[in-house]
Amino acid sequence: MQEYFEWFRILYEETGINLPFLYDSYDRNRMFQGFLMTIKLSVVCLFFSVIIGIIGAWLQGSSLKWTRRIVDAYIQLFRNTPPLVQLYFFYFAIGSLMPKVATEWGGEAPLLGNFAWAVISLSFFAGAFNVEIFRSGIEAVPNSTVEAAEALGFSKFQIYKDITLPLAFRVCLPSLNNNLVNLVKTTTLAYAIAVPEMLYEANQIWSDNVNVTEMMLFLLFAYFILVGALVWCTNRWERALRIPGYGS
Amino acid sequence: MKTTIKCIIGTLCLGAAALSGQVANAEALDDIKAAGVIKVGVKADYKPYGFLDSSGASIGIEPELAQDVADKLGVEIEFVPVVSSNRMQFLEQGKIDLMIATMTDKPDRRKVVGIVDPNYYSSGTNILAPKKYGFKKWEDLNGKPVCGIQGAFYNKRTSENYGATIVAFKGTAEAYAALQAGSCVAFVYDDSAIVAKAKEAGFEEYEMPLPTIDDAPWGLAVPLGEEKFKDFMSEMTIDWHKSGRILELETKWGVANTPFAIAMHEKYK
Repeated sequence: MQEYFEWFRILYEETGINLPFLYDSYDRNRMFQGFLMTIKLSVVCLFFSVIIGIIGAWLQGSSLKWTRRIVDAYIQLFRNTPPLVQLYFFYFAIGSLMPKVATEWGGEAPLLGNFAWAVISLSFFAGAFNVEIFRSGIEAVPNSTVEAAEALGFSKFQIYKDITLPLAFRVCLPSLNNNLVNLVKTTTLAYAIAVPEMLYEANQIWSDNVNVTEMMLFLLFAYFILVGALVWCTNRWERALRIPGYGS
Repeated sequence: MKTTIKCIIGTLCLGAAALSGQVANAEALDDIKAAGVIKVGVKADYKPYGFLDSSGASIGIEPELAQDVADKLGVEIEFVPVVSSNRMQFLEQGKIDLMIATMTDKPDRRKVVGIVDPNYYSSGTNILAPKKYGFKKWEDLNGKPVCGIQGAFYNKRTSENYGATIVAFKGTAEAYAALQAGSCVAFVYDDSAIVAKAKEAGFEEYEMPLPTIDDAPWGLAVPLGEEKFKDFMSEMTIDWHKSGRILELETKWGVANTPFAIAMHEKYK
């Protein structure tokens, strides 16, 4: 395997095209770790943001005025502020107020680290959009369908779980996928609070090797592949969930 | 697969061509005089070498050196704040004419920007750490989170040789905040900046405990290929050493005279 990688060192010496994340084992390892971190961060945030969206949309239909107001306030707060500002706010402002826990080297560290804050911040950010997306789907479900379910004796929760949500899901899937793709791209912001994801590692590599152009091209290519894979999956998902004759 | 690889390599070649295509016209000195203003890239978060006063103006040792250059040329000065990860790119793209931004002189950097000889300053790497940890040697950092600055060359060494986990931030303010919050056990940075920081209020319980490593000269830089400008800056630098200007500025800004500055003054006196 190393012979193949050595080829890129020769490429650098011969042409000046410097790809140290291929021929240098240290850089290769950290680039790979960065890639894994991006995937891990994306998957965890995708999961939580969808959960937040589903719960938020359910609470939005609550008959209690204050529940609806709190959900609305959450949406306004997270939708109307930039995600980078939210990250800084969570990590530096809230993070320093958190209780401290003893570390194994005899010091005290904040309870939540930068990865946890990135997950919290990005999940809530994308979750705010997801609530609105799910709401658009729920409002598209005809009232008559809900009334028919009520007439059949379904409880409110059962109607949401078995009638409204499955239909709403199919309506809002395209815009949901849109938001999830955006979320994966937004994970790059986590490098501002030193979460070692792909952009963070690439930044360190191009600083060490002065090969900004090559690293930029690689990053663009890597994200294109990563997001492309996600889009391919979501398209398959949309097709699998399609109900013939429903919608258009 | 084969076509994909070809495609990738093609794209990269294009990138490399674009990179090497940026050959500046070699008359920067005339351009600066014609424009009547010199744009100098300096640090904005590196006390006391380049930082901002309460009104937002760039001050410090390096802005003063830059002012000397502007005075000698008889032009106005415009400071452009730069950080470690963009300073060379700013110079390449012509956003700045001259960079005096605490940059360590390294061979691969000489391929990208025109680093002026002789070096104007020198510093090494050390850490700022709370006294309670009692670090004695670099190996003590093994397995522990250490704050750093994105783009600093010693991040790699600190993690590769001493096993520290580097947590690198964009600017020093974030790194100091993370250090004080306890997110990392130390902050790896230039000893010259740490010396100044450890004297500040709020850092009484911090120290610079390790032997300085990588003592390396700093280089100020002009765009690659600007030989006339480079020669001019060479003379400037020799002048600074000869007249003791660097030593004078160190004293003015509260830095103990560094061995490098003293040696250079002796050499050119």
